Amino acid sequence: MSMALPFGRPRRRPHYRLRRLLVEAASVALGAVIVAWSLLPVYNMFLVALDPEGHNEFSGELWPSHPTFANFVALWTEEADDVEHIWGQFGNSIYIGFLVMALTVLIGSLASFAIGRMRLGKDWTLSNTALLTYVIPSSTLIIPFLRVMHIYGLSDNLWAVIAAEVTFATPYAILVLLQYGKLIPSELDDAARIDGASVVQLYLRIYVPLAAPALAAVGTYALLFAWNDYFYQYMLLMSERHTTVAVALEQFFDDDDAPWNYMMAIAIVYSLPPIAIFYALRRYMARGLTAGGIKG
Amino acid sequence: MTANRPWRPIWRGRLHGAELTWSIAFVLPYAAVFAAFVIYPVGYGLWLGGNPSLYAELFSDPRYVTAAVNTVLFVALAVNVQMFLAFLLSGFFARRRRWIKLLLIIYILPWTLPAVPAFLSFHWMLAAGEWGLINRLLSVLLGIDGPYWLNQGWLALAWDIVANIWKWMPLWTLIFLGGRMAIPQDLYDAADVDGASLYRRFVHITVPLLANLYFISTLISTIWTFGDYTPVLFVSGGAPAFSSDVVSTLGFHYALDFGRPRLGVAAGLSVLPLLIPIVILLMRRLRTTEVQL
Repeated sequence: MSMALPFGRPRRRPHYRLRRLLVEAASVALGAVIVAWSLLPVYNMFLVALDPEGHNEFSGELWPSHPTFANFVALWTEEADDVEHIWGQFGNSIYIGFLVMALTVLIGSLASFAIGRMRLGKDWTLSNTALLTYVIPSSTLIIPFLRVMHIYGLSDNLWAVIAAEVTFATPYAILVLLQYGKLIPSELDDAARIDGASVVQLYLRIYVPLAAPALAAVGTYALLFAWNDYFYQYMLLMSERHTTVAVALEQFFDDDDAPWNYMMAIAIVYSLPPIAIFYALRRYMARGLTAGGIKG
Repeated sequence: MTANRPWRPIWRGRLHGAELTWSIAFVLPYAAVFAAFVIYPVGYGLWLGGNPSLYAELFSDPRYVTAAVNTVLFVALAVNVQMFLAFLLSGFFARRRRWIKLLLIIYILPWTLPAVPAFLSFHWMLAAGEWGLINRLLSVLLGIDGPYWLNQGWLALAWDIVANIWKWMPLWTLIFLGGRMAIPQDLYDAADVDGASLYRRFVHITVPLLANLYFISTLISTIWTFGDYTPVLFVSGGAPAFSSDVVSTLGFHYALDFGRPRLGVAAGLSVLPLLIPIVILLMRRLRTTEVQL
């Protein structure tokens, strides 16, 4: 406003108001596109999972006209043909997922703490070493892994999958934790050291509480990594007793005559644990994400 | 415990005694994992795929040539499109509105969904011919008959790329959002005082400050996408007849369906000339600059 008015609120110029209105309308439109884009495959899962017919007679409607929870009930009671081991498979997936999460956080944070905070070596020695893991794509390494796990006596053992997934999740964890460790003032360590704190105390009393947002982010990442994996679980676990949900889902996919509504019901239940963990830790992680610095 | 230890100046140099022992002990678990599950399998893999005649065989296989072209298309398009859109969308999500915060929760969902069920859902949306959700929507909303998406190699590959973008874009949006939040508000305030337009604020503040984060994220995403077989395996299944396969899924077929594990490893190793420079670039970047992922 070039002219100050003597009283009342200064009037906005009309084209300015119009522009604001257009910006609002555009962001609402963008929001609608984002919702459709994000939820369409999820909606499709529910559409199929709630359909009473699982085979090729699937009704192909845009919304479920005869929704039924019978598929979920069949899962629960393990009564249908293709789902009789489903809860055992869930147990295996959860066992693998949570151990990968815990071990990645533990191994990654111990190494990043010793190198980044205690300065056992230069930061880049650890980050470069970790990145070497990525030189050969993990999808190719599965073939040598099969033989290596056999030599280690881990054939058809859940620990073979855990070891492989920790191996591929830890490098990213280390990159994140090394950078995050730099945000914690080193004077804290020095002060505690003068008071006689040991390395273990520095780790437990200073590093873990202050790096908690990054640890939560890295843990979620590791859990999602384990939950996303299919091929390592498929290749390293042979017996039916040891298969996981991801492998069971793929077997539906291979079978042309498989009941797709059961498959999607399993898919929905399988999706719940990581979503729950993520949204539970989200508030925690948000601090980690927004506290980040961008230097250099 | 510390009473009779001589006072030392605030420590900046080397570690001694118990501190050194404990620090080494802290690194040992990762060193063990690295030796047992990186050095050994990688060395073994290099040995498996070390015979030059394997590569002569690969390059004479038309399926491999298609897969190599597909891999480059898949990685280049998926990575760059998702990075660019994530960068723009992070600006949208940085707006301080309540409904946009709620929208972010929905938007993150694809990243938290496990890959196998999510991509199987994509497959079912496309594969069921006229009954798939996509074609039903096309016919109800626009009145057109959609094609059989997975019957043509390039269409199937395009959907694999879309699925990869759908799954991974939220992660990078979150990372860029964190980067934007960390830009000091003073910079924008100063720009306001100088009368800078939105466009100039974006070009002269946001872009230069986030350039490094963008570059490092792009490198990491490229490395991951080279190894990401899940969209190809579950959305298109490599259909029709290997024409939408990428190198990693073709490697599976060589190893499992044709009983040629060495050829499978060689197919995977054939991307190393593209991958190694990216890893080296990332190492140098992480060494010389700081970035919060």
